[in-house]
Amino acid sequence: MNAILRKNELAPQIFEFLVSAPQIARKAQPGQFVIVMADEAAERIPLTIADFDREAGTITLVMMVVGASSWKIAQLGTDESLFAVIGPLGHASPVSAGGTVVMVAGGVGTAPVFPIARAFHDQGCKVFTIQGARTGSLLFWSDRLRSVSDELIVTTDDGTAGRKGLVTHPLRELLEQDTARDIRCVYAIGPTPMMRFCALTTQPFAVPTTVSLNSIMVDGTGMCGGCRVEVGGQTRFTCVDGPEFDGHQVDWETLMARQKTYHSHEQCSLQRVPLTAGN
Amino acid sequence: MTATSRTKARRVPMPEQPPEQRVGNFREVPLGYTLEQAQAEAARCLGCKKAPCREGCPVSVDIPAFVRLIADGRPAEAAACIRQTNCLPAVCGRVCPQETQCEARCVLQRRGESVAIGRLERFAADFEQAADQVYLPTTAASTGKRVAVVGAGPAGLTVAGDLALRGHEVTVFEAFHKAGGVLVYGIPEFRLPKRIVQSEVEYLERLGVRIELNQVVGQSVSVSDLLDSEGYDAVFIGVGAGLPVTMGIPGENLCGIYLANEYLTRVNLMRAYDFPAVDTPVVRGSRVCVIGGGNVAMDAARTARRLGGEQVNVLYRRTMDELPARAEEVHHAQEEGIDFRTLCAPIEYLGDDRGFVRQVRCQVMELGEPDKSGRRRPVPKPGEQILIDADLVIVAIGSGANPLLTRKTPKVALGRYGHIVANEAGATSLPGVWAGGDIVTGSATVILAMGAGRAAAQDIHAYLMEHSNRGAGDTAQPEPAAESAAA
Repeated sequence: MNAILRKNELAPQIFEFLVSAPQIARKAQPGQFVIVMADEAAERIPLTIADFDREAGTITLVMMVVGASSWKIAQLGTDESLFAVIGPLGHASPVSAGGTVVMVAGGVGTAPVFPIARAFHDQGCKVFTIQGARTGSLLFWSDRLRSVSDELIVTTDDGTAGRKGLVTHPLRELLEQDTARDIRCVYAIGPTPMMRFCALTTQPFAVPTTVSLNSIMVDGTGMCGGCRVEVGGQTRFTCVDGPEFDGHQVDWETLMARQKTYHSHEQCSLQRVPLTAGN
Repeated sequence: MTATSRTKARRVPMPEQPPEQRVGNFREVPLGYTLEQAQAEAARCLGCKKAPCREGCPVSVDIPAFVRLIADGRPAEAAACIRQTNCLPAVCGRVCPQETQCEARCVLQRRGESVAIGRLERFAADFEQAADQVYLPTTAASTGKRVAVVGAGPAGLTVAGDLALRGHEVTVFEAFHKAGGVLVYGIPEFRLPKRIVQSEVEYLERLGVRIELNQVVGQSVSVSDLLDSEGYDAVFIGVGAGLPVTMGIPGENLCGIYLANEYLTRVNLMRAYDFPAVDTPVVRGSRVCVIGGGNVAMDAARTARRLGGEQVNVLYRRTMDELPARAEEVHHAQEEGIDFRTLCAPIEYLGDDRGFVRQVRCQVMELGEPDKSGRRRPVPKPGEQILIDADLVIVAIGSGANPLLTRKTPKVALGRYGHIVANEAGATSLPGVWAGGDIVTGSATVILAMGAGRAAAQDIHAYLMEHSNRGAGDTAQPEPAAESAAA
């Protein structure tokens, strides 16, 4: 059992949890994830670690309510507990010094981008961050992103905050303006279609582009193979080989189809929960 | 009974749920002996002095002694007798391949039918549970030594039980939220009820074993942390062979295609058969293809049958003669209406526009020359392919070595395929660290993992006692012993 020390609603249906997990906090690195179970009958779902405090023994998780399992977690409040938090799992982001990096954070992807951006920033890299959301009210942690970025560009689909449009527009501009080829890599984390279009955007510029995949998982330790993806024509496991992969090599069609495997089950589960928004 | 009547008496059959009934539930198939049935079966034992059966047992259970106790109507004592060398009797009585081990060596086997040792073991273990007469041996006086066991599967639980009995303080680290390893995620309820595993785990806890769930050693804590800063004197690694193999054929990542570990874990550990009362779903199929011919394939096929599979096919690239699954599992599967399509190897999966599997393209095979394993190698029959309809496919072709722990433990030497290299006693290249079970041997059986656990426990015990003698006087500080071992 892991105590929830604090819970905030960052935006409608997006929740931040400060969770007691001393051992995970001690080892966590940017880019890693945990498996969370709300209660004994719950699914095991992966959530990327959004922040960690080794001294306080806490980790921060950010989650958007999209289905029955995330709804269940969202019902838990401060001073309640998660049945299980397992991790840290997956490879850490390979952060090193030098050059310019572009971080693209889409929707709830802001949470996992933050510690990676901070790590590059701490290494003295120049960090450009693009944060996108459907609408202004869904934006969160813009200040935190700004604090670890040399420049933050905010976009919303409907223009209610920042620039109107998609994250790929400023991304393309940054790459076009980068005549000196200072940008050594792009990180894109967010909804699968957004990561796919970011990878398509960077491909003509041949800039290495890392994406963090959100495959369906069960154990998260390589045992089941449920999270398998095709990368560069080979079957890989998101949990032990990832979660970060070369966005130019990912077979996005297969990934998106596999993410819909339980679509009909989800409809069945949703009938059991009074879900109002988030889909 | 005279010796002649013993050799002539037939084996007492085990009552079973009839096939047409059991395909509609997840309850156990063999129902177990009554005391009378068990006594009648036990009375067949000749009580051989040399006891070849015992030599066939990887953990050397004193078979003639416990069978005798059952024949004498003392089943609780029979269970206690088994527990002297086997801390999981109710499990082994159900899942051991007795027909190739103890029962294969039984003198009566040559004259017809061996004593049903496995069924009697199960009977004794179930009897003591039901009668609440589980014998709890007194553990040796505390040695002050601490042992970390990584993985709460058959190997790890055996090590934990053996070392706790010898007075060591044992902590088991388990990655899942429930202890048991393959016994809870892999083997289905109808073959091994979860309450059986649960009570065996509780037995170990009563012996003083501590179990820490949700701990992925290698990630949340490393093996060197355990030895250097967490104060453990020895570590046993029994993490299993958890990294399923894929065939690398087109379409293998379509929806509705599972690797067997995932399918079984969803249904067994996560109880997806009870969806939506529990949250974990599983794809149900009416036309099912299971790829492979081992016990895991049988478990998957029989599970799919219970979850609505109308036409369940096991596709195997050799013939029934080479099928590696236990005869009893194959028999049960056939009784349940599962079809075996042999000399048949999938080469491609075809899907619909939503990305779900619809058909399996198979290459028809024939048997050629024997390969390294001595089995005749299947070779493609030129130009002969068939299409089989399928809305659920379960691939059960084995597992490789899981890299999570080993990639963070560089001092432990690995073999070519990533398995840990260990000697017969389980000792690895890193002093103070032992390993056993599937992470050493590759996919094998529960009882072989337990045998490896037993051997490692003996070696660990000897190591710990040697170090405690050397370090006499500073038992309060276990770390120096570990350091001198690592030096």
